[in-house]
Amino acid sequence: MQHIISVLVENKPRVLARVASLFARRGYNIESLAVGPTQDPQISRITLVVHGNEDILEQITKQLYKLIEVIKVGDFTNTSYVDRELALIKVNAPAAVRSEVAQIAEIFRARIVDVEEKSLTVEVTGTPDKIDALEQLLRKYGIIEMTRTGRIALARGSKSL
Amino acid sequence: MKGAQILIELLKREGVEVIFGYPGGAVIDIYDVIYETPEIHHILVRHEQGAAHAADGYARSTGKVGVCMATSGPGATNLVTGLATAYMDSIPIVAITGQVGTPLIGKDSFQEADITGITMPITKHNFLVTRVEDLAFIVREAFYIASSGRPGPVVIDIPKDVQQKTTEFVYPEKIKIPGYKPTYRGHVKQITLAAAAIMEAERPLLYVGGGVITSGASAQLLELAEKTDIPVVHTMMGKGTFPESHPLSLGMLGMHGTYWANKAVMNCDLLIAVGARFDDRVTGKVDTFAPKAKIIHIDIDPAEIGKNVKSDIPIVGDARLVLGELVKRVERKTHPQWREEIETFKRAYSPPYKESPKLLPHHVITLIYEKTHGENTILVTDVGQHQMWAAQMYRCEKPRTWVSSGGLGTMGYGLPASIGVQIGNPDKRVILISGDGSIFMKIQEMVTAVNYGLPLKIFVMNNSYLGMVRQWQGCLYKKRYSCTRLHNPDLAVVARAFGAEGLTVKTQAELEQAIDKALAIQDRPVLVDCHVAEEENVLPFVPPGKSLEEMILE
Repeated sequence: MQHIISVLVENKPRVLARVASLFARRGYNIESLAVGPTQDPQISRITLVVHGNEDILEQITKQLYKLIEVIKVGDFTNTSYVDRELALIKVNAPAAVRSEVAQIAEIFRARIVDVEEKSLTVEVTGTPDKIDALEQLLRKYGIIEMTRTGRIALARGSKSL
Repeated sequence: MKGAQILIELLKREGVEVIFGYPGGAVIDIYDVIYETPEIHHILVRHEQGAAHAADGYARSTGKVGVCMATSGPGATNLVTGLATAYMDSIPIVAITGQVGTPLIGKDSFQEADITGITMPITKHNFLVTRVEDLAFIVREAFYIASSGRPGPVVIDIPKDVQQKTTEFVYPEKIKIPGYKPTYRGHVKQITLAAAAIMEAERPLLYVGGGVITSGASAQLLELAEKTDIPVVHTMMGKGTFPESHPLSLGMLGMHGTYWANKAVMNCDLLIAVGARFDDRVTGKVDTFAPKAKIIHIDIDPAEIGKNVKSDIPIVGDARLVLGELVKRVERKTHPQWREEIETFKRAYSPPYKESPKLLPHHVITLIYEKTHGENTILVTDVGQHQMWAAQMYRCEKPRTWVSSGGLGTMGYGLPASIGVQIGNPDKRVILISGDGSIFMKIQEMVTAVNYGLPLKIFVMNNSYLGMVRQWQGCLYKKRYSCTRLHNPDLAVVARAFGAEGLTVKTQAELEQAIDKALAIQDRPVLVDCHVAEEENVLPFVPPGKSLEEMILE
């Protein structure tokens, strides 16, 4: 089962390496990883998407807590949360199909962030499913390159981790 | 104050009396301060791995934090095996390494190695100090992290320019580590549940490990066992937690445990694990371990709960505090029927040591035991057959009298660890039982032992084989003894060349005199090369991956 885990860590060098090394050493798979600052400059948030049953998730959580610089670990499974991912997709768009591509982008509320004679770059945010769907539709025009961030998430409501 | 001076000042304030180390280019500034610091005794080893093991032996035998030091690059990488050994057995060590100057880091500079990167998975935590202003905090945090909660090794990597730079020295009265708060007190509800389970059980068994030694919980363990009449099995790391001469002690369990200890595990209806981690050498095939038992698991490390075996009543906390609470909540109880059942296990099997004209390992270890057991002796081992024989035959009564590499199984640990033990316990008799494989892995530390006049008693069970591997080849690989035959030089001559005493024993008749002579020498190490029968096996033997029921008995 897929889990989104949020990890608050001290904003210090090598913390990401420690987390990644822990996953490698214990044989846990990371599906996606995103890291960035929080409202407190001394704390960063790492969002991990991992697969595993309850026992594995329990071990992952406990092992993460053993890292000295890990302050808090939260699993969003079975809670109400908002999650988002961002993608940049550069797609072939010669004059003949340009408006078609732009229209698809609009349906997905994607923004065109770069235009060139033969290509368009669209920016889309959303759940992984939505991004997958857009990618699928754009494929037939020829995707030149694309990049996706890891997923980030926050709990709904006024509660925090 | 210079960084190097701040470091030494902090070490003094942490109560450090001894550093085991080896100088080099990137730590000269620190050694320059050591030169004028008589309060700290520096022990010069001959290889940095020896420094780490010596600090480890010092820590295990005294309960204090062991400190070792090495230069950058190869000096630091030589510590790695020692750090991994300490990590696996949860031993508090602070390792100080020099690093190339901060402007040179990442440039593949001379003697540069990323030691914080290298030691990440084998230390509890590590630090690279990039500003001299942070040094005092880091040293304090390092000692706190190493010695609290579940202890472990911590590395402080200090670049040369940080050692040289000056800053105002302020002793950090308080340290703040937001993500590190070990749980010491067990949850009362869980302890109450455990007490109820103990009162209900008909065939309860205590399974105790090294955590009991770390937390100093032996008195509480003894009280609980006696009050509720519960027999005790211990892991190799748990030797000395519970007096082995006590009628409730069933000895060691696991791969080379006693027959009755393993039978008790397989037949108990309640297993109370204290400071033990259900290691594969203990459990054998894990899903057949203690099949009839409800499990109470007491450990200070929450990640140990449920890692290898699911427990019915987990209790996260310090063994001493938890057992102390548990004792208060149980009533006096006896289990005559269960005790009798265990007696039948004991009667059913005795170790198959046949009378033999040859010198056998058990002759040597048993006689050493008879002549030395008691409060004044600390037994150290290396790794292999001799270690298991020693664990089986040298009974320990008190914590911190047994020093042996458990989790990592580091051959070569014994001699440098003995040095650390003797330095930390100058008035105690330190005996090392080693093998002809292990002793040569760190033989150069004989120089250190001789230089400091340490009266170590080293007994080598010399069977001209890498005995434990040979045993596996014999039992599991159709006696194909691939590369396990060892052709050794004369060990007594080797010992004498180092300036130690060297003795050779080839027959049972020569044994007693040699042991007496070794025990009498007080000014230098003695090595007794015991030529034991070549193809003796350690028994019982639970083959790897098999259930504890499937012991090979002869």
